[in-house]
Amino acid sequence: MAETAEITVNTLNFYYSGTIHALKNISLPVYKHSVTALIGPSGCGKTTLLRCFNRMHDLYPNNRYEGEILLGKENILDNATDLITLRSRIGMVFQKPTPFPMSIFDNIAYGLKLKGITNRAVQSGRVEKALHDAHLWAEVKDKLKSSAYELSGGQQQRLVIARALAVDPEILLFDEPTSALDPLSTAKIEELIELLRKQITIIIVTHNMQQAARISDWTGFLMLGELIEFDRTDKIFTTPSQKLTEDYVTGRFG
Amino acid sequence: MEEKRHINIQYDNELREVKDSLIYVGALTEKAIEQGIIALLNRDTEMARQVIANDSLIDKLDIEIEEKCIRLLALRQPAAKDLRFITTAIKINGHLERIGDMVVKIAEKTIILNQEPLLKPYVDLPRMAEVAQRMIKESLDAFVNEDVALAHKVRKDDEIIDKLNEQIFRELLTFMMENPHTIHRAMIISQISKSLERISDHAEGIADMVIYMVTGESVRHKPTSAENG
Repeated sequence: MAETAEITVNTLNFYYSGTIHALKNISLPVYKHSVTALIGPSGCGKTTLLRCFNRMHDLYPNNRYEGEILLGKENILDNATDLITLRSRIGMVFQKPTPFPMSIFDNIAYGLKLKGITNRAVQSGRVEKALHDAHLWAEVKDKLKSSAYELSGGQQQRLVIARALAVDPEILLFDEPTSALDPLSTAKIEELIELLRKQITIIIVTHNMQQAARISDWTGFLMLGELIEFDRTDKIFTTPSQKLTEDYVTGRFG
Repeated sequence: MEEKRHINIQYDNELREVKDSLIYVGALTEKAIEQGIIALLNRDTEMARQVIANDSLIDKLDIEIEEKCIRLLALRQPAAKDLRFITTAIKINGHLERIGDMVVKIAEKTIILNQEPLLKPYVDLPRMAEVAQRMIKESLDAFVNEDVALAHKVRKDDEIIDKLNEQIFRELLTFMMENPHTIHRAMIISQISKSLERISDHAEGIADMVIYMVTGESVRHKPTSAENG
């Protein structure tokens, strides 16, 4: 199977507040239309790495990147990168659902307005498509004007995914998207991720190793800021090549 | 063992239980072959019956071990080395159970043979049984000690058994051609030889799984001659 790298990370180093060396010489490919999982013990740097992909760290001063993250030919760590455009190309879904305090419809139309899409008819079409893609349409089609807060946690998370999908991202980042959800809602999100993979590239950070095993094609195992092993997920979970990876996935860690 | 323990110690205990049970069944099958072959050589019908009766314990343990493995798969979601260990254990368990059945077949044939006069003194059959028994022992030693070199040796030893099996068959053919009255007994002896050959195949199967368990590499259905072992 010939894989095309959508993102290439080259010797990435990241420092919090200019001093704390949180990521050390990370290099890995992120393959197009596949799911890449980042796993590792707490504090290993997996969320830090995920947040580099859409420059979330820029929200705080003195954070510093070194190396490159190539999206196509463009290094997204470049100072010239337009962060608003970048974040619509690379969307993010967080651990806890983060709906805006507005109606279901407006939550999704919000990103479209930012992109300059103000025509109501076009908006409606895009909102409906996004809700379909996030497998939420059937549950909310009769109450689009209701507050997003009336939805259940699992529905809110799918709403947030719909919001991210509405602006046609190339890549979606998921940071522990199901850790606040019950098993049924988790299963729906997982199914959604498997379906979305056909149209977009997905990177997911998860503490749940079985989740990584179930839904990802590629897995990167990080420890203390270093990428210990990156390989196909079935390889990582059956015959990892590094002892540290084996200890972690078999629960012999610590 | 320098292996790190699991964070959950009960998980370690459950894995060890599976291993210990397999070693126990392995010892039972080794003993069954030994007794089966003594019963054949000494024309001891009583002992042959005993061998048949003892197989029910192997059958019972076969089910118990499989249940333990399935429970581990369902409840612990094992990965990597643990996953390879449990899938290997399930297969080894199946091989041992089949070996037990082969020994029963040998004992049943022995009882039939004992009702007729001895066709000839056995020379190659005891040698075959000895090699097969050693293969089982060594394949299980390889499993316990994760000894890939020993597993490769077991795979090679299967060739000795195949040669002996052929040799026995050729010898029996000459008996049958010379005197048709020997055909019934010769056929039964040939079946015993075939059972021993199958036992060694199962030992080879155990060795294959040990290599997979330790290295992650599958050598099944690959000729032993292509290996450096």
